[in-house]
This record gives sequence, structure tokens and C-alpha cells, in this order.
Amino acid sequence: MSQRVLMCGNEALAEAAIVAGCDAYFGYPITPQNEVTAYMSRRMAELDRVFVQSESELAAINMVFGAAATGKRTMTSSSSPGISLMQEGLSYLAGAELPAVVVNVMRGGPGLGNISPSQGDYFQSTRGGGHGDYRTIVLAPSSVQELADCMPLAFDLADQYRMTVLILADGILGQMMEPVTLDPKPRRELPAKDWALTGCEGRQQNIVRSLWLGEGVLEAHNEKLQAKYRQIEANEVLCEEYLLDDAEIVVVAYGVAARITRAAVDKAREQAIPIGLIRPITLWPFPQEQISRSAEKFRLFLTVEMSTGQMVEDVKLAVAGKAPVLFYGRSGGGVPAVDELLQTIKQLTITEGRT
Amino acid sequence: MIAPEREHVGQQNEEQETMKAVFERTSVLKDCPTHYCPGCGHGIAHRLVAEVIDELGIQGRTIGIAPVGCAVLAYNYLDLDMIEVAHGRAPAVATGMKRTNPDRIIFSYQGDGDLAAIGTAEIIHAAHRAEQLTVIFINNAVFGMTGGQMAPTTVLGQVTATTPAGRQSNGQGYPLQISELLAILPGAVYVERCALSGVARIRQAKAALKHAFQLQIDNAPGLSLVEILSPCPTYWRMSPSKAMTWIEEEMSKVFPIGRLKG
Repeated sequence: MSQRVLMCGNEALAEAAIVAGCDAYFGYPITPQNEVTAYMSRRMAELDRVFVQSESELAAINMVFGAAATGKRTMTSSSSPGISLMQEGLSYLAGAELPAVVVNVMRGGPGLGNISPSQGDYFQSTRGGGHGDYRTIVLAPSSVQELADCMPLAFDLADQYRMTVLILADGILGQMMEPVTLDPKPRRELPAKDWALTGCEGRQQNIVRSLWLGEGVLEAHNEKLQAKYRQIEANEVLCEEYLLDDAEIVVVAYGVAARITRAAVDKAREQAIPIGLIRPITLWPFPQEQISRSAEKFRLFLTVEMSTGQMVEDVKLAVAGKAPVLFYGRSGGGVPAVDELLQTIKQLTITEGRT
Repeated sequence: MIAPEREHVGQQNEEQETMKAVFERTSVLKDCPTHYCPGCGHGIAHRLVAEVIDELGIQGRTIGIAPVGCAVLAYNYLDLDMIEVAHGRAPAVATGMKRTNPDRIIFSYQGDGDLAAIGTAEIIHAAHRAEQLTVIFINNAVFGMTGGQMAPTTVLGQVTATTPAGRQSNGQGYPLQISELLAILPGAVYVERCALSGVARIRQAKAALKHAFQLQIDNAPGLSLVEILSPCPTYWRMSPSKAMTWIEEEMSKVFPIGRLKG
């Protein structure tokens, strides 16, 4: 499918996964990502690939675990409460070094919360989420096209590094319809899956495990994981910079919040406010370097999120006290409007004193 | 002194040449000691699984799933492609494997904590979806690895680390007959309860396991489960021989041995 078509984010990500060679999808219905499960049930059957509606998100992530262990490209999708249930499986995937793609179309929390868009799962996504010392790569698209483009990248990253790649979308991206072009992207050169469980015919047995008994064995395994994570931090950061050259104020935002912020930045520029935007596309690895190397250049940082303030902690770590870092957020389904952000920006420029 | 010894050795060699091997280590079982306690049933059950896989000629296309429990290290003993999964989730993992690899033989090996407590949803729904899997369910009426706590299959009156006064139905519930529960599901094509309490029982358990694997080889339209009543002398606080008797005299009253379906 290389022509431009109008699709909602949920369907676009599903078709993009299919184009990227997803062999098996496992999922449990939850709003606001139900279009993914419905779309997959139809399309995977047409293509003679695997679709299973599981009995829970816990089962879905473990079905992913099983299919991934045999070397297949596999994924699941859910929304915040369902992703919480999957944390056990995400920890095991990390321990066993299995490649998997997980999409979180975030909704309001905590608890059952609501079904409105939110960015309240940043901590859960970027800090591991489950137990133990591990990371997942987190991609945060801000348009339906970028969401679709994330799918082949996610499968490649998962296979290259043998780990979970989490795509962090939200209810707006999932539901919103936009024109999208699904071109099969050129694939990375990927290592052979000689570790996969296929039956031991003609070779020694393969074992997929996350239990490492014996003194020092788990520590050595964890150090191997950490070395992999450091390699990812060095090579896989994605970040968009917008109007930074002459900026004095920098807004940091991701996903849909960044898209709204960009419109507010444009309006502020019309009013001669020297402002720019840094949009992390990978939330882990976080664009620490991109922010910290320019921190002294800027007078003020503002982080905008659809949460009560989560990514702002990473921005503060990156800025490391070299400039003030302020926060503006809405939560529980609240979405900042462009004018609302513009007002906030103008107030800041007054209270913080323009030079 | 030297000459007769040589003669003796020579006689032995002659005898060996004419001897037939009547019992060997099956090639699916690795040549190493296990970590199991004296009198534990896992060693026998592992051997039966290995013999069956060997005899059916499916070693090269079988993938096994180890549980969380005493058999978590089953991949150290079974020479097969194997995976170790989260507690109770084996039937979901098996679903992911079998759906994407319909020509492979997938089995899970699970204890009573794994299958009948924390993994109840996964086993019921794998059977409910009629997954073409083989499930080996080791029931020893107790949590072994964590130190002998009550399992759902602990019988009434049985003393465990968490039922010091013996299991009481009032507050601790009744032994869970999960095989009977599963047998009523259309997606379970074969359910049999066996035991390791004696040679005849062990032979029957092997026959049941072979049937359960054969059904998957033949693409039978659903799940096969063999429950095996297995001794845990350590946490039953009995000698190995007394444990075998206890299966026959006590445990099999609560968990009747025989074919439940198929």
C-alpha cells in the first residue's frame, strides 16, 4: 500500500505493522485502541497470519513471549490499564532478551481513569515498568504518519537489540484520521535469530530463560543488558528541533502535546517571542545530550505534557540546573489548547523578565 | 593372582558381547544428576516425557515449556528446545508458539501451583480456545519450591507450611479438581489422571502421555492434558515409600485416577 490514504491512527499502525512483516498479533480489547484489534482480526486472517483475541492482557503479552521465542515478528497493543497488566511479561521479555513490539494508546489514569487521551504513562514506559533492571525503547510519534513510520522501525529495533520496543501514542493519535502513506521502509541489516526455539533438529538445544542462579551469574547477565542499553543510548536517540537558532525560551514536549505546542510556538513567534521546540521522538533513550549541550544557551525551559509532570524530571536532569525548567500540564483527559499554551508562554516571558 | 583376574576380565567381555541392552537412558534425557529431593516424582515424570518423545521420534520438532516451581530447570534435564516462562503463563506462551508454528509439537510441564493456582485463567482459556497443545500437570498437593505451602490441590486435613492445623474447608476451601473442570470444556479433547505410585501406575502414565502427544501429532482439534499424582516426600513429611502409599490410599480418593475425557 504505497498510495496516500485517510486512516485513523489505530488502523494505520496496524496496517504498518503488517507491511513491516508482523507474523502474529495478540490482544485484548480496550478503549481507545479497539480499532487495532478489530483491524488485525480481519487483515491477519486475509493474509493467513496469526490473530488471537486473548483472555487478558496478561495472556496477550505471554502469547507474544511465546511467538517471539520462536523467532517470529509479533506484537500486541493496549491502553494504559492493560499495559499495567502486561508489566510482568515486559520484565520477562527483557530478561529473556526477546524482541517484541508493544503499542500503548494511552488514556487517563490512575486506576480505570477514563478513556480520554493522556500522557500519564511516561514514568511507567521509560523506567522499565516491571521489576528488575531493564529498559524498553520508547518511540513517541506525534502524527498518524509518524505513528505508521514507527512500526517498521520498532520491529527492526526489537530484532536488532532483542528487546521490547514500546510505541507510546495516546487516544488522540489512535482515533484521529489523517492522510498516511505506508511504504515498506528499507530494512536494517539484522542479525540471524539463531537463538530461536524451532525444535533442536540437527543442532544443540536452544534455551530461552530469564532465571540465572549461581553467584554472580545474574549480575553478569545484567551487565550484558546494560552494555546493550548504553549502545542504544549512543546510537538510537531521535529528536526534532524546531526554531532553536535564535531561541531564548525552549519548550520540550512529545507526542500530541508537542504538536499542539508547535502551533503555539508559531503563534508566539508571530508576536516576536524568541521561542523554539525540542521534541523527543525516543523517550528512552532520552535526548539528554541534545538538551544538555544547549542548556546554557537558553534562558528558560518549559515542559508541556498531558500529565501532571513526568518528562519534566528528565528535562531537569538534562538541564542540570543551568537554566530554570518550568512545567505546564493537563491531566485526566485534559488537552491543552493552542491559545491556552500561548497565554502560558506570554505570562512566563513577563514573570521571568524578557531580556 | 594376576592370571585368574585376566581370565575373569576376558570372561566379562565375552559375556558383554552376547548381552542385549534391555534398559537404556533415553536420548531425550541428559546424562546428569537432577536437583530433585530423594523420592520426588519429577525424575520419573521427566523420564516418561523423554521416553515418549523419543519413541514418537519428535525430539527435533518439539518445544517444551518449563514452569515456575520445582521443575523450573527442566531444560537442564530434557534435551529439547525449551523455554522458561512466568508463573502460570505456560498455556498462553504455548498458544503463541503453536499458532505461529503449527507443525511443531508444543508441550507445557506445570505443577499444581503453576497450573491450578496462579495460572487458572491461562489453562482454562487455552482449553476453551481448543489450542492444539499437550499439557503435563504434576499434582503433588503442595507448593514444593517455596517450602511446602498449601496448594489448591492440598487435601483436607493435610498439614503444610501455611495450614499448620491441617487444611480446613472453612477458610481454606476444598481441593481443586481442575482436570474435572477442564474435562467439561469442548476444547479439551483428552483429559486423564494418572499416578506414579507403583509400576503399573507408571506404565499407565506413560501410555497416557504418549496418547496426549500422539493427539497433537495427529492434529486433534483441541487440548490434551495428563494430570500425574506425584509424590513429594519432603513436604508431605513422609518416607518415599510411605508417600507412594499415601497417593494410593489418600490422594487418589480426592483425585480419582482414570480417564476423564477422550
